[in-house]
Amino acid sequence: MPPLPTVSRREFVRWALAVPAAMSQLDEFFPRLAAAVQEAVKEYPIIWLQASTCSGCSVSVINTIHPSIKNVILEQVLPGHRLILSYHGTLMAATGALSTDTARQAADTYKGKFVFIVEGAIPTQDKGIYGTLGERGQVPVTMLEWMEVLGRNAMATLTVGTCAAYGGVSAAAPNPSGSISVPAVYKRLNITSPVINIPGCPCHPDWFIGTVSKILLYGLPSAKELDEDGRLKLFFGRSIHNRCINRDYLDDGVFATRLGQEGCLLELGCKGPFTHADCPIRLWNGSTNWCIGAGAPCFGCTEKGYPDAHSPLYQRR
Amino acid sequence: MTTPGTTRIVIDPMTRIEGHLKVEATVDNKRVVDARVAGTLYRGFEQILVGRDPLDALQITQRFCGVCPTPHAIASAQALDSAFGIMPTANGRVIRNIMQAANCIQSHVLHFYHLASLDFFRGPDVPPFVPRYEADYRVPKDVSEAMVDHYVRAYQIRLKAHELCAIWAGKMPHMASIAPGGVTIIPRIDNITTSLWRLKELTEFIDTVYIPDVVTLGGIYRDYFKIGQGCGNYLSYGLFDLDATPDVTLRKRLFPMGRLHDGTLDTVDPKQITEDVKASWYDSPSGRPPSNGATSPSPSKPGAYSWLKAPRYGGRPYEVGPLARLLILYRSNAHPKVRPLVDDTLGKLHVGVDELPSVMGRHVARSLECKLIADELTGMIMSVKLDEPVCTEHKIPESAEGLGLWCAARGALGHWIEIKNKKIARYQAVVPTTWNASPADDAGVPGPIEQAMIGTTVEDTTNPFALARIVRSFDPCIACAVHLFEAGKSAKVFQVV
Repeated sequence: MPPLPTVSRREFVRWALAVPAAMSQLDEFFPRLAAAVQEAVKEYPIIWLQASTCSGCSVSVINTIHPSIKNVILEQVLPGHRLILSYHGTLMAATGALSTDTARQAADTYKGKFVFIVEGAIPTQDKGIYGTLGERGQVPVTMLEWMEVLGRNAMATLTVGTCAAYGGVSAAAPNPSGSISVPAVYKRLNITSPVINIPGCPCHPDWFIGTVSKILLYGLPSAKELDEDGRLKLFFGRSIHNRCINRDYLDDGVFATRLGQEGCLLELGCKGPFTHADCPIRLWNGSTNWCIGAGAPCFGCTEKGYPDAHSPLYQRR
Repeated sequence: MTTPGTTRIVIDPMTRIEGHLKVEATVDNKRVVDARVAGTLYRGFEQILVGRDPLDALQITQRFCGVCPTPHAIASAQALDSAFGIMPTANGRVIRNIMQAANCIQSHVLHFYHLASLDFFRGPDVPPFVPRYEADYRVPKDVSEAMVDHYVRAYQIRLKAHELCAIWAGKMPHMASIAPGGVTIIPRIDNITTSLWRLKELTEFIDTVYIPDVVTLGGIYRDYFKIGQGCGNYLSYGLFDLDATPDVTLRKRLFPMGRLHDGTLDTVDPKQITEDVKASWYDSPSGRPPSNGATSPSPSKPGAYSWLKAPRYGGRPYEVGPLARLLILYRSNAHPKVRPLVDDTLGKLHVGVDELPSVMGRHVARSLECKLIADELTGMIMSVKLDEPVCTEHKIPESAEGLGLWCAARGALGHWIEIKNKKIARYQAVVPTTWNASPADDAGVPGPIEQAMIGTTVEDTTNPFALARIVRSFDPCIACAVHLFEAGKSAKVFQVV
């Protein structure tokens, strides 16, 4: 597939609000950044929508270490590549109609050229009234309507976290809000924007940055680089179980039979054998630890079946 | 709700908070005469939990909130502890406290720098700092530059606090190691050393950057010690267990359980807590205690305006959060450091303790609590015992009821569980923002944030930035929006904040 088209410096300047002051302000606050912007830097508009979510994926992504979150949102995600975070409900200075107008404006200006990032599932019960974001003419705008406005005009869509990718906890039975995944919404609305899933509860910052970097440098992934659940095999190609630190316990037949005990955690409900992610070698939070490293079973949070098909979470399936 | 002579202004969505929140207010002659705060996302967790294995609550309830999964994990573990009739081992208790402390620090730093501070200074003119609303930014250039620098550094600091938590939790957000009877992690010496070094960085930042920044902004915006007082009642379930008394109301905690009302320090009886739903989109019965609560959505219910219920203690609204905890600590004098720390800091600002209930006062309280927690964390980490058990064995009973009372960074948090046939038969959580951002109760009494907005002067109804500052000072944890009405004019959505 072709690489993402980028937006020229001129286009960006025309769009960005308060632009005449922008460069001087940049000089003032971030002299090195200002210098870098003068060079040929490719820029990519991003619209990040938080739908039916706990915000945990945003909180996780800002834990990125290299690049730092400063690199990601203020400087360059990769040398020479800059993300323009046009809309993000938790991070942006604007609020109220000014914030949602910005999202609409960005989607219009960058029609077909922006990357749409969705965190959370989309409520659809009763026409989506269980989840709204802003209002127009005193009528609340549902998250489902936002998918139509933003999704249809996106060049590509990244689902961040298991809720957006597969429904996740937000769509757990009996699913009172009728929440569904982003790919399911696209199917329903007949939206054809390509979707790459980056699941996890939450999504690991390295999986997000890695997927973004791959797209910026090499274009959208080919079909053979993705698994049947739309994830990059690069991160989700191998099982937790096969690379687990407790494999020797399994081989020796040492099983923990109650929580807080050493041993293979299979009898305590560990979903490692059928969960695909690189947690055992990547670890979490600055490589400090991971679920099984803390004596807890893997709950299979990167899988389509999480949490319903994995329940009871603490019992062997 | 617009009457002749009033105008309606809407802030929707309220960004830089966690979740989806909506606030409505009526302005008459430049004063807010009525206000409404509304949650705009319903996920139905209480229904999702019914029928599941009780232990699943440990994981599912963390997904209430990606900023504060830790207190939900602990409150649900305490509800299971009490239902199962067990108490955590000493190690289990201490490690839960460590995870809670680390998460509180990350939450407080995140709130001040990344969610609230942009209300008070101009960042650089690049997204996501622009577009912004124009307000009375009074901060001189050198302070603005320092705040931008600290905004960026605070990202690294909150990340370190998350790491400190994850060392014990497995990962953050959404921790793995929580368990009924304690935790699953078997501690090693490197967990302790690497925690202590991370803590050192956190403490330095809190002492030399965070608290000085709050004092600086507090001095510049001194009038915000007079704005956004709230309802005047304060509730805390306390934090950091010091012993294993089964009755949570008698358990010794570093920050004590208590409430302040009518100027009096009082005890907490969980039976006095009820939830009204007259103004909420539910057709379940109103005024019930959470242990007997029901959650049945009705999005088109007439007269309702929020997905939040209206929790009340003894029929009255209570503010929860760092301000409530600090005022109760100050009044009870339960911690030797509190009064000197509060008095010294307020002395620098030339304000009194009675001015803490305010926009700036909440920021001050949060920063001082952050220091108290960081200072206590060394002792917590050092009291982990390497060779002692981390978890008490449990057995799921046929039927039982359980209660977990704890605090998130944002305030009092209660989980109520009822087990039948070894499955969850009922689960109700009353979370901090349900208290603070509650809609009006059945008697029509507004919630704490609504009360804090009412009476506020709004010079320009097209830009009521003071109201956004009030709402954010509570650190709300739901996606909401603020609506503001001014008498007589046709209702109109303005671009605000």
